[in-house]
Amino acid sequence: MLLLIQYTLIFASVLLLVALGGCISEHSGVINLGLEGIMVVGALGGALVMSSLGTSSAFVMVLVAMLAAILAGMLYSCLLGVAAIHFKADQTLVGTAMNLLATAAATVFVKAMNTAANPDNHSSEIEYISARKMFIVNINGFEFNWFMLVAVIAVVLVYFLLYKNRLGLRLMACGEHPQAAASVGVSVYKMRWTGVLMSGALGGLGGLCYILAGVSVWKFENGVAGFGFLALAVMIFGQWKPTRIALAALIFGLFRALSNTYTGFPFLVSLNLPGNVYNMMPYIVCLIVLAFTSKASRAPKAEGIPYDKGSR
Amino acid sequence: MRKVLKNEAVQAFIASVICILLGILIGYIVLLFINPAGAGESIVNVIKNFFTWSRPASQMKQLGNTLAKTMPLILCSLSILFSYKVGLFNIGTAGQYVAGACASLYAALAWGWGWLPCVLFAVFAGAFLGTITGLLKAYCNVNEVISGIMLNWISLYLTNTLLTNVKETASPYTLYLDKTNPKALLPTLGLDTLFNKNANVTIAVPITILAAFAVWIILSKTKLGYELKATGNNKNAAKYAGMAQNRNIIMTLAISGALAGLAAALLYLTGYMRWECTQSSVPSMGFNGIAAAFLGGLHPLGAIFSSFFIQHITDGGQYVNTNFYSSQISDVISSVIIYLCGFVLFIKLTMKKILANKEEKKGAK
Repeated sequence: MLLLIQYTLIFASVLLLVALGGCISEHSGVINLGLEGIMVVGALGGALVMSSLGTSSAFVMVLVAMLAAILAGMLYSCLLGVAAIHFKADQTLVGTAMNLLATAAATVFVKAMNTAANPDNHSSEIEYISARKMFIVNINGFEFNWFMLVAVIAVVLVYFLLYKNRLGLRLMACGEHPQAAASVGVSVYKMRWTGVLMSGALGGLGGLCYILAGVSVWKFENGVAGFGFLALAVMIFGQWKPTRIALAALIFGLFRALSNTYTGFPFLVSLNLPGNVYNMMPYIVCLIVLAFTSKASRAPKAEGIPYDKGSR
Repeated sequence: MRKVLKNEAVQAFIASVICILLGILIGYIVLLFINPAGAGESIVNVIKNFFTWSRPASQMKQLGNTLAKTMPLILCSLSILFSYKVGLFNIGTAGQYVAGACASLYAALAWGWGWLPCVLFAVFAGAFLGTITGLLKAYCNVNEVISGIMLNWISLYLTNTLLTNVKETASPYTLYLDKTNPKALLPTLGLDTLFNKNANVTIAVPITILAAFAVWIILSKTKLGYELKATGNNKNAAKYAGMAQNRNIIMTLAISGALAGLAAALLYLTGYMRWECTQSSVPSMGFNGIAAAFLGGLHPLGAIFSSFFIQHITDGGQYVNTNFYSSQISDVISSVIIYLCGFVLFIKLTMKKILANKEEKKGAK
């Protein structure tokens, strides 16, 4: 049971961070379908720090790894920013390309790095056993991960940013009616860049959190298994509102955690279902939930539409 | 010359070539960055693919293998572009492809069906999955990209579970098709002799080319195609004009899914590839279809050539010097090409602007 709570919380943290990133970006008017790729790049940034920093204090390690993930995510999100904000590219297409590119590039990069270190090593794995321990505080068998705290802080910050702050209100105006925002002197380009970069930062952080969730070695060929898209589903279920997103993330986190821990419940084991059923669970739940919640969608009105100064 | 440049198709072609060249250039830079010594040779090998073999007979054999995989890629890109023309981004093509693989292999290995029913069953499975996405989109307003991704994962795990029933006991792969049920193998129609007895070149080639023409004709010459495209351009206007908007959305995704299902059957029923039942990621065929569709200028006949090119460099990836590099470099190149395709609109606009400026100057003189 404790294990289930632990996994639920850590997976919820991943989904929450990434969904908040998607939420800010969409409020500014840019659909960020590249979150999946941003997660991979953020995870890569964090993993590189974790494997190379070696022995240092836990505080420094956690801080530097998180910063690296944030920075990597922000840098990568620039690909979306340039294409979607300045070149009016199709945001769905660019996001998809970013997802494919991230996994391919990370694989090529890690393999090259491993091969350079040891000519016989052609794997795409990075190990961070000792570093992972620094993220975790063991409380009576419950493994508290610092990311759980970070996720809670992120909800509060995003809430205040969006609703209690001049920047956030301006940013949301650009997602609802950019021409109206521009007419009162708000720079739509600047606001959309803010949204995209913030989603890059949160997405990168979420990516690092994801690879720290259950394992100490990550194979970059595998990407992040659709988590970026699950996070988008969490965002839609949460109706683009930070507090509701937090609740949605907990529900999805629970179903994801079940696939890691179902063997610990005699009741579930006695059902004798194949393990793949539990693997499918989060995606099936997601579809059902979306089917019931998408009708009354509160999506920002101008999301996905390239900003054109001249249009009405 | 200027008249030629003004032609939409020519502009699309130039834009695609620019994307390809930039993609290869970036791939080359990545290789240089990893290890400058073998970068030139490796990138040339990626582009040469089967030409890296010295004997013409082996070249033909390898070309046959590339063709065998090009056919499903063409169908996947047709699947993507068909729905894209109707304003739907069917990223679920990847999952519909998986469903097709599952249906065709299961029917062939477990039930011992012949090749034609297997193919039809795969088409049905793909269409079924597409219909789910369509129903969710039409009646529940679920974004087709998100539901598509979810269905991709669901169908992957479902396929892994189902095909475990027909796998070899010692390996995670499904049984050999030619040993278990040879009548499910696609007939070669004598095409194999053209490619140095490569039995992977089958009836799939003519079927695929016919499908490309069929999609082209449906989209550009029929009332159905006109209605579908109108729905894609402005669904409210289409509804106002009396077109059944929901029916069109569902039908589009069903056809799109059928094409993806057909793609999988035409690959897995050649016996060239077997399904790995422990696979942890969705096969990239469906995603590469996106690259091929956009690179082909979203035209069914363009898709034939762009698909061949994408498959050509993907296969070429295995000829890089693996002492330094990994074959995924071709994935990097094709994903960079997809990214750059986002700029095609901009490239075309720039071309038009330059042409217009020149004409203006000419007029002033």
